[in-house]
Amino acid sequence: MTVFLIRRLMQAVVVLFAMSLIVFVGVYAIGNPIDILISPEADQLERERAIHALGLDLPLWEQYFVFLQRALTGDLGRSFAFGAPALQIIVERMPATLELAVAAMGISILVGIPLGMWAGFRPESFGGRAIMAGSILGFSLPTFWVGLMLIMVFAVHLGWLPSTGRGETVEVLGLQLSIFTWNGWTHLLLPAFNLALFKMALVIRLTRAGMRENLLMDYVKFARAKGLSPGRVIFVHVLKNIMIPVVTILGLELGSVIAFAVVTETIFSWPGMGKLIIDSINQLDRPVIVAYLLITVSMFIFINFVVDILYSVLDPRVRLKEMKS
Amino acid sequence: MTASAATGPTLVVDDLRTHFHTRAGVLKAVDGVSFTVDKGRILGLVGESGSGKSVTGFSILGLVDPPGRIAGGRILFNGEDLATASEQRLRDLRGNRIAMIFQDPMMTLNPVLRIDTQMIEALQAHQKMDRKTAFARARDALGQVGIPSPEERLRSYPHQFSGGMRQRVAIAIALLNRPDVIIADEPTTALDVTIQAQILFEAQKLCREVGTALIWITHDLSVVAGLADEICVMYAGRVVEQGPVVDVLDQPLHPYTHGLIGSVPSRNRRGRPLTQIPGMAPSPLSLPAGCSFRTRCPRADAACALPPPMAELLPGRHARCIHPHLEAVAA
Repeated sequence: MTVFLIRRLMQAVVVLFAMSLIVFVGVYAIGNPIDILISPEADQLERERAIHALGLDLPLWEQYFVFLQRALTGDLGRSFAFGAPALQIIVERMPATLELAVAAMGISILVGIPLGMWAGFRPESFGGRAIMAGSILGFSLPTFWVGLMLIMVFAVHLGWLPSTGRGETVEVLGLQLSIFTWNGWTHLLLPAFNLALFKMALVIRLTRAGMRENLLMDYVKFARAKGLSPGRVIFVHVLKNIMIPVVTILGLELGSVIAFAVVTETIFSWPGMGKLIIDSINQLDRPVIVAYLLITVSMFIFINFVVDILYSVLDPRVRLKEMKS
Repeated sequence: MTASAATGPTLVVDDLRTHFHTRAGVLKAVDGVSFTVDKGRILGLVGESGSGKSVTGFSILGLVDPPGRIAGGRILFNGEDLATASEQRLRDLRGNRIAMIFQDPMMTLNPVLRIDTQMIEALQAHQKMDRKTAFARARDALGQVGIPSPEERLRSYPHQFSGGMRQRVAIAIALLNRPDVIIADEPTTALDVTIQAQILFEAQKLCREVGTALIWITHDLSVVAGLADEICVMYAGRVVEQGPVVDVLDQPLHPYTHGLIGSVPSRNRRGRPLTQIPGMAPSPLSLPAGCSFRTRCPRADAACALPPPMAELLPGRHARCIHPHLEAVAA
């Protein structure tokens, strides 16, 4: 297990390094932030002073080297637009996005797994077919459109739920969270559902496929031949087998939900990281873009790692192989 | 929970018909099968792939999946008809009074549950029992089928066992509730011969000692020869020959049985080519009218176009044939 951990850590460092290089070069290629940051009326002297202050007069490799040196001490640069450390700006916005992502994941699991199980258990029934049709909608309707529709129906016409912002937040362990207030929940519900819709469809399909495949397995028939109740066969024997692929995919998806909640955050004006990255790209705010992407990559690495551990908890066959590695 | 005191055989299958209603038509997987098994006796159910022997086994347990269903006949277990029993009643009997062992030991155990979980649940499904007692029972059952250090092995997962060991675990699970009937569906086919011999020996021993009635489904005549008391030869969903195993294998009456035995390599016919049964088993969707074996039978004539009845041709020997191999017996 220790060997496995160390190896994983070394892989993570390599990935982060490669990622930072690609991002740095990529952002450099997009455009010159000076054109946007400095007012057109500024004279040549002011312009050069600004370029020098931001370190943009150095050649690319030197800029990267300086960045890397600072990054090793935990300093990912200062935002051009906010003038504050990029890392701090992102971390400030993180709880909002995490909260939204976790709520969305929770909804898609709690709704998706039961629906998928039913659809796999009774694929020919009306309910099973309706669930599958619904999941196709979940896949194919664009997020922004569903978001707008949700706002129109629940916020505008029915007036049940607010359409923008986070509502009241409470500080828990130094994080501003809205899931602990009723008002916060009402704000969270619509965006979380909007973000969950696609994942829910994915979970339904995965669960249904797993259900159908596993129900045909010999071990199910053997379990029935032991005289077990249908409930035990499905919720213990089959569900545990289905969870293996579902956990893997959901783990990977959690990363993408956090990283790409951009559209939902924009529509519902959710003050999270997704909205920040869009704004930063518009302003060519390099340090924020780079820091954001590095944080995202770290998050993916971390989540994958957790998934691997979870996976080995669920599947005893994996456990053995890991011990050997 | 004890076996019913009713006199008469433990299990009587009478004219069992299990049909699958498919788009291509009605597939008569089992079409009028009858046999009887009694306490401490072993019945060998022999036939090629697709002859309906496994479906017969699943029908007894009520585990035929749709589109299949029992279309007729009776399955009398200690006098109670299982063909018409409720699902609840069948569930009470499954794994409790009637247990089954499957063909492929690599597939029958749930890969993500520990052996103790899978054994204890089989006990607790049928009687109130605390975990500790159930664990002890499971441990004893594993010991009984010859698994070394059972207490330790109980905490293992199926993938930590070899194929032979897994089949022993499956057999131990079948034995847990001391059933009256065990249906073994080709349990040794996937195992190598030394393991096969050990398992056969143990099955026979258990059967004699505990008095369990055993139905051993197989396509391997040599397995049946050493194991069973009675034999039923199935062809295309029907029993074509039935009788004491020694008699049937020595002097088969039905041309199909004759052909089967002829196609087994034997020391007595060393160097000579094996006889084959010509042709292939017919599709169960389009069986020939009359005797379903007549298209492959060297003895068939016009009379075989009418379905031959199951008849007692010799004392204790039944066969479904108009032209049986009686001359060999007479000679």
